[in-house]
Amino acid sequence: MHFEIPAFSPAIPEMVLLALASFILIADTFWSKKHPNATYWASQIALVIVGILILFSFTTETQVTFHDSFIRDAFGDVLKLFIVIVSLGVFLFSRDYMRLNNFYKGEFFTLGLFAILGMFVMVSSYNFITLFVGLEIMSLAMYAMIAMQRDSSAATEAALKYFVLGAMATGLLLYGLSMIYGATGTLTIPDVKEVIASGDVNATVLAFGVVFIVIGLGFKLGAVPFHMWVPDVYQGSPTAVTLFIASAPKIAAFAIVYRLLVDGLPGLVVDWQQLLIIMSVLSMVIGTLIALMQTNFKRLLAYSGITHIGFLLMGFIAATPEGYSAAMFYVLVYAISSVAAFGLIIALARTGNQFEEIADFKGLNQRNPWLAAMMLIVLFSMAGIPPFIGFYAKLVVLEEVISAGFLWLALIGVVTAVIGAFYYLKVIKAMYFDSNEDKSLLPVAAKDVAIGVSAYSVSLLLLGLMPALLMGVAYNSVLG
Amino acid sequence: MVALSDYLVFSAILFTLSLAGIFLNRKNVIVLLMAIELMLLAVNTNLIAFSFFLNDISGQIFVFFILTVAAAEAAIGLAIIVLVFRNRNSINVDDLGSLKG
Repeated sequence: MHFEIPAFSPAIPEMVLLALASFILIADTFWSKKHPNATYWASQIALVIVGILILFSFTTETQVTFHDSFIRDAFGDVLKLFIVIVSLGVFLFSRDYMRLNNFYKGEFFTLGLFAILGMFVMVSSYNFITLFVGLEIMSLAMYAMIAMQRDSSAATEAALKYFVLGAMATGLLLYGLSMIYGATGTLTIPDVKEVIASGDVNATVLAFGVVFIVIGLGFKLGAVPFHMWVPDVYQGSPTAVTLFIASAPKIAAFAIVYRLLVDGLPGLVVDWQQLLIIMSVLSMVIGTLIALMQTNFKRLLAYSGITHIGFLLMGFIAATPEGYSAAMFYVLVYAISSVAAFGLIIALARTGNQFEEIADFKGLNQRNPWLAAMMLIVLFSMAGIPPFIGFYAKLVVLEEVISAGFLWLALIGVVTAVIGAFYYLKVIKAMYFDSNEDKSLLPVAAKDVAIGVSAYSVSLLLLGLMPALLMGVAYNSVLG
Repeated sequence: MVALSDYLVFSAILFTLSLAGIFLNRKNVIVLLMAIELMLLAVNTNLIAFSFFLNDISGQIFVFFILTVAAAEAAIGLAIIVLVFRNRNSINVDDLGSLKG
């Protein structure tokens, strides 16, 4: 057996990101005293460099390297670009939040960069080992990020819950992967597909493996009935970290669902389709119903996120390339609107008032009309009201699931979307029609945060006016 | 000769024990951490058994990765438990209910 040097070029963005993150990690210990902002700027520059690298080496051909364990294709590149775009906003808003709450630390950004590296590896995984390692790089960094607000009892509790359930989800996923390995005798995703297609496998062991994989992925996505950690973690974590958890990792989770179920196990579509149908229906119904009762805005967004995951899963249930690209379109839109929504909470939460309860939004229009208008856009987009992009995201997913023959599922989706609009409207009513005794103007948000948050919110409207743009990107990257 | 199915049953028992440990345990968070480690060990047993009987080395390589990551995970888990203990002087699972709605 001889050793072959693998082609490194497909993994250059990851390697550059790793090098830069390691450099910033060490450099931060030197410059953190004198220049507290240096780490922030260095991290943002690192993200921009990686984004430009991906953009300029963008290729529609598929390259596989490292002995079939790493894949670079248009699908992965687009997802990575969006992870970068979303993370730029996350870093921008988090700095402001951490400064105001007196736990500003450079480690947040280095941990964030490593989490992004993990997401990149997940997106590009073509082998169970790469997938697992990427997942853990991301998760371990995020556990630490939640616990960074060390003196907050809520944050540490959230970190512990996220840790225990995250580690258990990984365990379940691994158990499923080990079963698939046992049935097929390979860890490489395309080989798994081939062996299953050849029919020379133990169907019981395979079905067993699929069940555990879907449960593990369900935990990671936060789909009902594996959602119990989502609201607690969203509410307990510092808003800066909630912002991160609710956005970029969802894109990465979408990617591993795609790689595992679509790239690896298309032969078992009947098995995982049924499981996903149960998860999707429960997520939409239960997420919507519980969201109606929430008074905490972060918890409300958590339950609305669970509902969104239900919609996202419908794209997979359709089990056609068009369905997968609809799901991809949905997750990209969801990630952008999450960043905008949590970014707005940060922009509003200046001093004292955290803007975490819905009651805090009373009379916001009089106190800060611009940010109230931005919040209006984000909430309308999440509710799926045209012409905002969220409407098209829901539309294409429903269209695909109907053409796959699941009309009843689409009906449940529409009904929950209508009921769901109620709780978004509740916040809008508080902003525009309720009055607040406190008539004083809110302290102005930092300029960079205000501009950033407006950019993300307005993009929801602009993309909604030209829905073909983002939709085309999603379709072309899945269909090739 | 121990058959493959024996190993699989053994690892299934370990796995069930760890799940029970996570869901039934109402006392100590450290026990949760132990249950998670046990779950990963069940996976490792599975992979090694399959790897041996399939005559394929890649399963054992996977086990190395799982072992290393499990060590890192335990380190972070313990650090988080220390923080929780500092904040509320208790690591009882029942005391972790402040986030509810």
